[in-house]
Amino acid sequence: MNAVADPVGAMDQSNEIADHVAQAFAAKTPLAIRAGDTKSFLGEIGRGEILDVAGHSGIISYEPGELVLTARAGTPLTEIETTLAEAGQQLAFEPPHYGQGATLGGVIAAGVSGPARPFNGAARDFVLGTRIVNGRGECLRFGGEVMKNVAGYDVSRLLAGSFGTLGVLLDVSLKVLPAAHHQATRVFEHSAETALDAFKRWRLRPWPITGAYWENGLTYLRLSGAETAVRSACEQLGGQSLAMDYRNFWTEVREQTRPLFTQDERPLWRLSLPPAAPLLDNAGPNAIDWGGAQRWLLSDEPAATIRQRVAAQDGHASVYRGHTTPRFHPLSKSLLALHQRLKASMDPAGILNPGRLYPEL
Amino acid sequence: MAAVTEPVAAEDETLVDKDGLIAQLKAELPDDVVLHDEEDLRPFECDGLSAYRELPMLVVLPATEAQIQTTLRICHANNVPVVARGAGTGLSGGSLPLDRGVLLSLARFNQILDIDADNARATVQPGVRNLAISEAVADLGLYYAPDPSSQIACSIGGNVAENSGGVHCLKYGLTTHNILQVTIITLEGERLTIGSMALDSPGYDLLALMTGSEGLLGVIVEVTVKLLPTPEVARVALIAFDGLRQASNAVAAIIQAGIVPAGLEMLDNPAIKATEDFVHAGYPTEAAAILLCEVDGTAAEVEEHIEAVRDVVERCGATEIRLSQDEAERARFWAGRKAAFPAMGRVRPDYYCMDGTIPRKALADVLIGIGDLSQEYELDVANVFHAGDGNLHPLILYDANNPGELERAEAFGGAICQLCLDYGGSITGEHGVGVEKIDQMCVQFPPAELTQFHAIKSAFDPKGLLNPGKAVPTLHRCAEFGAMHVHNGELPHPELERL
Ligand SMILES: Cc1cc2nc3c(=O)[nH]c(=O)nc-3n(C[C@H](O)[C@H](O)[C@H](O)COP(=O)(O)OP(=O)(O)OC[C@H]3O[C@@H](n4cnc5c(N)ncnc54)[C@H](O)[C@@H]3O)c2cc1C
Repeated sequence: MNAVADPVGAMDQSNEIADHVAQAFAAKTPLAIRAGDTKSFLGEIGRGEILDVAGHSGIISYEPGELVLTARAGTPLTEIETTLAEAGQQLAFEPPHYGQGATLGGVIAAGVSGPARPFNGAARDFVLGTRIVNGRGECLRFGGEVMKNVAGYDVSRLLAGSFGTLGVLLDVSLKVLPAAHHQATRVFEHSAETALDAFKRWRLRPWPITGAYWENGLTYLRLSGAETAVRSACEQLGGQSLAMDYRNFWTEVREQTRPLFTQDERPLWRLSLPPAAPLLDNAGPNAIDWGGAQRWLLSDEPAATIRQRVAAQDGHASVYRGHTTPRFHPLSKSLLALHQRLKASMDPAGILNPGRLYPEL
Repeated sequence: MAAVTEPVAAEDETLVDKDGLIAQLKAELPDDVVLHDEEDLRPFECDGLSAYRELPMLVVLPATEAQIQTTLRICHANNVPVVARGAGTGLSGGSLPLDRGVLLSLARFNQILDIDADNARATVQPGVRNLAISEAVADLGLYYAPDPSSQIACSIGGNVAENSGGVHCLKYGLTTHNILQVTIITLEGERLTIGSMALDSPGYDLLALMTGSEGLLGVIVEVTVKLLPTPEVARVALIAFDGLRQASNAVAAIIQAGIVPAGLEMLDNPAIKATEDFVHAGYPTEAAAILLCEVDGTAAEVEEHIEAVRDVVERCGATEIRLSQDEAERARFWAGRKAAFPAMGRVRPDYYCMDGTIPRKALADVLIGIGDLSQEYELDVANVFHAGDGNLHPLILYDANNPGELERAEAFGGAICQLCLDYGGSITGEHGVGVEKIDQMCVQFPPAELTQFHAIKSAFDPKGLLNPGKAVPTLHRCAEFGAMHVHNGELPHPELERL
């Protein structure tokens, strides 16, 4: 079956977008690519003339038996998730929306993933192919709709998380997966330290874990999969079950809308670390997700202090809320130079979202 | 396929003074690191695609990163191309040497540097064999998931360079999904760390770009892989069908039922017969095709899924279903699959292993199409492949001693690539482009994409000295190949010499 979604609102604007970029290339006009405008808090403030790509929308093909969905970048994320849910499937990287208008293109360009990330994979892991407009206004296609494809460099995955600085995403093909039949969350009373210890132990167990989060003295462990597998893991784990009125719990974790995040005015930092990295004295974090690999810190400390501390543990720190530049962890001199050459190879005039990822890019 | 006789070196040949280069290298490197006698070079003349052979100008066998940096700097200064080589098991000629270039062997980089169970990762040198990693961490209840059939021999550096897959990649992903960080040395001798020990890293996903870049962007000198807990239980179902179509439909039906098997492999009748003769795994030799469907996880989960698989395949018309009852039986079911390639070597002296991918729904049509091509090219073919992710491995059987058979096998291979593309697939799922499929790249990608690939390469290697002539064809080459194709095998201007 080739289930094409509701054609209302579906629109192919590839040519218009390519023409627009080609003109901007000729005139060297910087473009700020925008669709749902839900992720401007991530990264730097874009500059340039707005290139609105939200109209380039609609699911192009979806075949549940192939586990592949291809959609235009402006397609609302909710439309994609609803369509998948109707066929019992899901985006296994559990993308955060960060607002009503989230689009597929925005999610992939920002490369964001939710609580299931350490267990199921990141946004980039599910990207099979893309069609893009590069900085010269050329429409290019990389990858495809098959599960394995090593012909040419993996440009599609490179685009995930590139914040539109290498190309305008037109269409994205994603691998999708069956949604779990069964789900349960166990809750444990833990200090941050005991939580990290537990995560360490649980990482070595072949349980169907899909979420491992700690906040405020409690660890939340989510299991999803075959009913028997979930039940037997729960029996071995013990703990309490999550009360029913916590139905939105994992959504709040995914969106960083737990009261902990919203009721504090201090800058919010995302720390990405090796999962077993030890806690640092008096330095938080306020919440631990991804089984230890993503930690949230509310802190007024200077950016350099936070970053130095995190880097010493092989991690990196980005600002999610607050006024710090660069927002993402600075790159080494040689890596930045490589980034600049790579950017120039795809966007020679530097017109695509200049300054959006790093001020120098 | 690229004609075997055609040189594959980069277009802009520059003359290199071999003796001068040896002198420069020997001045800075220990004696046993630089090999230049013909007998020492011979073992490096080909990879697993042995129809292509070329003696390198010289071989460098460094033992330290500093020696790699020195070698690369000298080659850079002298405009000498460099081909990195892991274990040389590649099947697309990726590490085929250049007669005017240096072959850089990573064979001495065979140390496991760090095993970190708390973070479920291991850091290894690029020459470490794939299987050696899983063996080293087995005591901890961990393993490295990607398992190419060549895993006892192939190196992790080669795996990263090819984005290798294996039987269990259906559930656990390819190399690109299972590595955290690599360290590379660029041709200019710069050491760069790509990726990180965390689950992501700031900036572009250069790790994705490096994975599968076939040695064109940098020399990989260290790899940190992700380790997974060994599944509690694994069981495999051996399922027989009396038609290719039923077997193919069953593949799609299993996936559609919401089961993600750990592995889902298919063998067609010629493959079943050859392997059965060879290893006596107990395969039903009269079946048109068999599927090997492995499910793993906790004991309860495996029970639930294997029963679900049984239901699905019964409805798809399976003629026989056997479920492995213990580890010994599971090993026996897999033994045939694992021995399938060598088994083919007993049927005919040579086989040519193809590698293309297609959407699962096209499996039956493409298999039948390959059967038709087999008659057209008058060469037998056997199919043993990763059905679950639509990754075909037709094995074309030929005898290189019969004049014209190799060329016919290559033309047959080219036709299979075309068939995969016609069904929306790719010319390679895991073996890479190398020199083998360089011309087919011209069919899969239009000039604008190829130009973009070259531009990306220049960002890493402005002089174009790393593995030139592989993976991405020049537009010039494509123009020639296209011109040749229009005339359907009949070369235009047969009087002209071909480059
Ligand atoms: C019997 C058999 C079965 C196989 N089964 C599979 C399979 O199931 N799945 C699969 O994916 N492949 C399979 N292969 C193909 C092959 O084993 C893989 O491609 C493997 O990853 C190659 O590793 P290698 O160390 O032998 O690399 P090589 O053959 O030495 O090199 C391969 C490529 O990698 C580059 N390279 C190697 N090391 C480095 C480095 N350190 N830095 C930069 N570039 C480097 C080379 O330049 C070359 O382009 C099989 C091969 C054989 C012979």
